[in-house]
Amino acid sequence: MRRTYWTAGSMAALVAALALPALADETPKRGGTLTYMIPADAPPSFDGHREETYATIHSVAPFYSLLIRANPMNPGDSSDLVCDLCTEMPKPTDDGKTYTFKIRQGVKFHNGDPLTAEDVAASWNEIVFPPQGVLSVRQGNFTMIDKIEATDPTTVVIHLKFATDAFLPALADPYAFIYQKKQLDQDPHWYEKNVNGSGPFKFVDYEAGQSIVGERNPDYFHKGLPYLDGFKGVYADKQVTRVEAIRSDRAAIEFRGFPPTVRDELKDALGDRLAVQESDWNCGGILTINHKRKPFDDVRVRRALTLAIDRWGTAPELSKIAIVKTVGGVVYPGSPLAATKEELEQLAGYWPDIEKSRAEARRLLQEAGAEGLTFELNNRTVDQPYKYYGIWAVDQWNKIGLHVTQKVLPTGPWFQALRDANFAVSTEGNCQNVVNPLADVAKYLPHTASSSNYGNFEDDTEVDIYNKMLRETDKAKQRALMRQFETRVLSDEVHSIYLLWWRRIVPYQSYVKGWKIGPSHYVNQDLGTVWLDR
Amino acid sequence: MHRYIVSRLLLVIPTLLGAAALVFILMRLIPGDICLVRLGSGGTSFSTQALNACHAEIGIDKPWLVQFGQFVWGLARGDFGLSMWSGKPVVQEIATRFPVSLEVALIATIIAIAIAIPLGTISALKQNTWIDLAVRSFSIAGIATPAFWLGIISILLVLDLTQAISGHPWMPSIDYVPIWKDPIRNLSIVMLPAITVGYRYAAVSMRMTRSAMLEVLREDYIRTARAKGLMEKIVINRHALKNALLPVVTVIGIEFAFLIGGLVVTEQVFNLNGIGRLMVLSVQNQDYTMTQALVMLVVTIAVLTNLAVDLLYAWLDPRIRLR
Amino acid sequence: MTDIATPTPSGTAAAFADDAYIPPRGFWNATIRFMRRQPVGMVGIVLVAIFGLAGIFADWITPYNPTANDFSAMTEAPSWAHWLGTDQLGRDILSRILFGARTAFLVGLTSALVGGLSGLVLGVGSAYFGGRIDLFLQRILDIVMSFPLIIMALAVVSIFGTGVQNVIIAITIPLIPRCARVVRSSALAIREIPYVDAARALGYGHSRIILAHMVPNVVAPFLVILTAFVGQAILAEAALSYLGLGVQEPVAAWGLMLQGGAEEYASTAPWIAIFPGLAIMLTVFGINLFGDALRDVLDPKMRER
Repeated sequence: MRRTYWTAGSMAALVAALALPALADETPKRGGTLTYMIPADAPPSFDGHREETYATIHSVAPFYSLLIRANPMNPGDSSDLVCDLCTEMPKPTDDGKTYTFKIRQGVKFHNGDPLTAEDVAASWNEIVFPPQGVLSVRQGNFTMIDKIEATDPTTVVIHLKFATDAFLPALADPYAFIYQKKQLDQDPHWYEKNVNGSGPFKFVDYEAGQSIVGERNPDYFHKGLPYLDGFKGVYADKQVTRVEAIRSDRAAIEFRGFPPTVRDELKDALGDRLAVQESDWNCGGILTINHKRKPFDDVRVRRALTLAIDRWGTAPELSKIAIVKTVGGVVYPGSPLAATKEELEQLAGYWPDIEKSRAEARRLLQEAGAEGLTFELNNRTVDQPYKYYGIWAVDQWNKIGLHVTQKVLPTGPWFQALRDANFAVSTEGNCQNVVNPLADVAKYLPHTASSSNYGNFEDDTEVDIYNKMLRETDKAKQRALMRQFETRVLSDEVHSIYLLWWRRIVPYQSYVKGWKIGPSHYVNQDLGTVWLDR
Repeated sequence: MHRYIVSRLLLVIPTLLGAAALVFILMRLIPGDICLVRLGSGGTSFSTQALNACHAEIGIDKPWLVQFGQFVWGLARGDFGLSMWSGKPVVQEIATRFPVSLEVALIATIIAIAIAIPLGTISALKQNTWIDLAVRSFSIAGIATPAFWLGIISILLVLDLTQAISGHPWMPSIDYVPIWKDPIRNLSIVMLPAITVGYRYAAVSMRMTRSAMLEVLREDYIRTARAKGLMEKIVINRHALKNALLPVVTVIGIEFAFLIGGLVVTEQVFNLNGIGRLMVLSVQNQDYTMTQALVMLVVTIAVLTNLAVDLLYAWLDPRIRLR
Repeated sequence: MTDIATPTPSGTAAAFADDAYIPPRGFWNATIRFMRRQPVGMVGIVLVAIFGLAGIFADWITPYNPTANDFSAMTEAPSWAHWLGTDQLGRDILSRILFGARTAFLVGLTSALVGGLSGLVLGVGSAYFGGRIDLFLQRILDIVMSFPLIIMALAVVSIFGTGVQNVIIAITIPLIPRCARVVRSSALAIREIPYVDAARALGYGHSRIILAHMVPNVVAPFLVILTAFVGQAILAEAALSYLGLGVQEPVAAWGLMLQGGAEEYASTAPWIAIFPGLAIMLTVFGINLFGDALRDVLDPKMRER
């Protein structure tokens, strides 16, 4: 019996239904310290420009401000972007190629120095055009930017090479902390170990492997905020520890997400004292196929691999024990650019009849002479959800007569194997922050176009479709191009196999208010609007 | 004797150098490097230029021989360098985590000694009675039980018991405070892991005590003492124990040395921010400097402990002492 | 080292060094005598036999396939259908424990044998040849023995990947010097005795002397330490799998069953954590009981009584 399945539309409805009552219903109380768990041992550094782990965000985002950001009241809607340091969202001029931002006046860094447009421009220039020796990890997201300049102390102008919808969501990058120009000029590496921002909290203390502590910034430019007196982020990379901490109220919340069984366990233990927020996650699991390794250069073999996997049937079961849920294509399921269920069912691997699908898979394997193929699936030593992906994929492929085993590696060697093309098929994750489908799907482009792709293939048609889509501003045409792109990547050429989209579940002590869940655990972490009801 | 001491001390050096070479090569044989771990965890793209910048920054682009030379030269000067992951001095990173491991090890040792010596002695005295059998079963169970499993079960028992009794599940504080700042909170964090580890430690020591006592009790001078009519208590405490304690102390010492480096799984289970966890992390992050320093620390402790034991035995063995 | 286990022989080497070893007459006599005098040891053998046979005949006696996911029966409590319950993927725990016995003994016996035999060769060789060979070998063994086990295991796994063979390698390496040390002390005692020199003077070859005189003397402590190794290897495999470095899903292995899922579900489905742990404990318990009885039998001082 097939279970009912979530489509993009009902997903959006669900997210809306789970949204917290608007803040206007309750009056926030001032005071208190929020203790929360950070699922990591320690961030490699405090510099958001060079790191891409949530450990850095959860540790230091409360100390910094951004130029623009996702609306903290509504982070679930990625088109709802608001100003943090600017005064209002600008309308683009010059055919959509120029954005002029007015910067607030009277903003101060924690060390007392005033923040001006120069600081904003300098920070962004470091991100988009990093000087020699400086690492900017997300540089690839900003290829559309031509120039950034501060024309006067309160104005920043950004010139684009071409108009694109991918720009503003990219600009709301939660890692794009605004640093002080003076500091960057002096020593761009200073921010790796030190904190000096303009955010709602000031840095107090950091103990590696232990905790990070902040206190209220009395000069914060959003008047009235933050409500909290301070916060304490405690590091614990073991899930059980974090769960037990929340259960015994040693900590109130963890901002990444837990599997549904944890939510159920905490609900049993705490009853009314527990609140839960859930959301689709802008993270998904994919399988990367090494096109240079025989017989995976044959598209029939690749297609067989994706046809064998019963997504519709297994997702509901897996979603009970792992942080996965939604069956989708390459686009975040809640986005207007995402495929509908009917559109998905046209793609290989998403057919509603799994027996037919598997029969086709076997036929293709036979045709390609690859029956009973034996190979290894590279996987990471990370529990959620990689372990479950691995077990699942192996099980599904064994059902069409393949003999697959797992080769599980720690992060470094796993990555090296990808880069060295020393693998047959490998699991991968694709986690992005603010939902920006046009930028987020760049990962599926061949390596010459996207340096984070390890499939070892060339496909000019795919790149063509992508470039057209990136520059297309008409929404309907954009969507049509996206369907073309998705079909080519997942079904025609099977350059990547999309498994499942993740599901973010955050159970927490119900006295925590003012925090809204969104599709990204990197976004909305500055805690400026959080308050404690006790 | 002096010749013996000097020659043993000299032999320590090649061991240390060998361990340094082993960890150096082992770490560099692992595919990938720390830059990949740092940049690669989320699937976002990064350029080769960024990767090279990272390599140059950390110094792993230099030839192996140069790196090894720097490492050994640093060791000689007592300079362990900066952690490749956090950029902070390795010594500082280790120093923040060492107290927890040390405390757990010490308390476990105290528990072990407090249990092992009396129980082991009784077991030896009442050999082959049901007391002996009970103690021996207790000690074999201690060796047979996986420590981490015991840890998991005990955390849950505490959580469930406190929830059942008071309605509020209790678990020890999640951030560590040193014992002089808040002794009660500190002990509440450290007690359960120390007991879990101490049980196995006690089990091993108990068996050693029993075995050593049995041997000593067979000796002629014990028979003589008893024949002389001395009180059993005096026979045991003044004559038997004293001589039996030597191998026991040896085992306790050696186990302690291994304990410092071996608390890994316990620290994982109880989420303690100690040396064991640091070891796992530094290898996973491929942080060469940190791993190298940790290995040298553990090896030095082990080597010095072995040296102390050897010297102790040598001192007691007249054949060597009088040479 | 406590959790990644070091076998600490329950008697010092000194206990065996003194008296020359006189083998008992006839293997069967010895066995029967063993049974009568060491009832506790028999308990040990029975425990080990239960799990060993379970591992060998697992294919025939398990009610379910140990790696078959059954999403309709996730985390079920022990019942008539599933005697020990199911785990979070719906796999029958009893079946996984029975197959896990196979993995445990495979890893335990292989590591113990390879490690023990290598240690035997190195220990005896080191003691017999003495001099610079002895010094050199001792340094190497010292290095390996004081090297933190966890880092060695992590490195082996990172270089070669996870899986049964690599777990065996990771566990065998630290066993070698520990065995060599004990064997060497026993062998050294023989070395001092004049008849070795006399035998050399008479023109006997190295191998003859080693095999005929040294090895028999170290067999007793060697066998004892071998049994200890099997137990410690099983514990080490459990610990490594718990850290995610051992055998990988979906292979059934006791340590792996305790990893991840067991802890997550421990308060809602404790059977997932309890039974594999019990299996490990009972098996190693049995091995240790047997090892103890073996030592009592082989210890010449005790045999005289």
